Amino acid sequence: MSANKITLNVNGTRHELEDADPQMPLLWALRDALGMTGTKFGCGIAQCGACTVHVDGRATRSCVTPIGTLADRSITTIEGLSSDGSHPLQKAWAQHGVPQCGYCQAGQIMSAAALLAKTPKPTDEDIDRGMGGNICRCGTYTRIRAAIHTAAKGGRQ
Amino acid sequence: MSKTILTGTTLALGSLLLFACAQGSKERRSPATASLLASELVEAQAAFELVYDVLQHPRCLNCHPAGDRPLQYDAGRAHSMNVVRGPDDRGVPGMRCDGCHGTSNAPLPHMPPGVSSGWRLAPREMVFEGRSRAELALQLMDPKLSHMDGEQLLEHVAHDPLVQWGWNPGPGRDPVPVPHEDFVDAFRTWLDAGAPTPTEEARR
Repeated sequence: MSANKITLNVNGTRHELEDADPQMPLLWALRDALGMTGTKFGCGIAQCGACTVHVDGRATRSCVTPIGTLADRSITTIEGLSSDGSHPLQKAWAQHGVPQCGYCQAGQIMSAAALLAKTPKPTDEDIDRGMGGNICRCGTYTRIRAAIHTAAKGGRQ
Repeated sequence: MSKTILTGTTLALGSLLLFACAQGSKERRSPATASLLASELVEAQAAFELVYDVLQHPRCLNCHPAGDRPLQYDAGRAHSMNVVRGPDDRGVPGMRCDGCHGTSNAPLPHMPPGVSSGWRLAPREMVFEGRSRAELALQLMDPKLSHMDGEQLLEHVAHDPLVQWGWNPGPGRDPVPVPHEDFVDAFRTWLDAGAPTPTEEARR
């Protein structure tokens, strides 16, 4: 492996980035190098949550995560959550009509997925705490919370 | 007059004898050998003054809050985004510390700091916020509260990357103004003297 070749394991597929700066934020690599534009740029300083992906299953802000720290780590983006939009959260999102403008929603769903992976039956407080880092300028928070509860109950409202 | 002298002598003796010496190594004072020369006590008390100033600095205090929310900035405001401690002092599912705080400082102001050992809060019992000198000294030497003995405390302040971060906090944050080696030396001096509890008399 050359000094500037960085391998990323994204959604189960290995991608080799040639001449990549190890300090490049993961978000840049996903969007500009790998063409995965489902993950959004919001603030660029880990304050809004729009860029949330999973690294080894944990919700992580890709805008401040250098790709040089991700060797041997498993990255999951919104594209990898399910191949056909059938993840329980994606179905619940559609069921509740959660998005308004939609810009933050990929990050919201990724944080919710990380929450449910560890807390399958979350309380309102669990949701408020686990989702506190994801900002929605349209104010869809009540629908987000309802959709998470629905997903936790297997689709039943 | 004689009563005044007697009272003063009693206080002086008391201040020499009343100190916490919960931990001790072969070189360190222990409760059984808790007798210091007045000059040694003065030196130990002065050392703890420096230690206390460092522990009350925002770079240290913000991760030793009184409660379950970490603090931010020099003003010690509660961490934005409703960040909470969680069961392992590293956040809650969906909002873990390492979701934003990486393995090194982010390059610009207002971006999250990071550290190689992983970001986390101090244990809930190890509160710096609002603690007086005496309270903090006693707390440090109570393993039920500090979760460390004297040797572990010294190792923590000397080598823990989270502590060392206080002197390299990244852009936009003031580092602890006291040199790290001076802090460690002062901590060791205080420990070696038996960790005497600071008294108001000693500070005057």
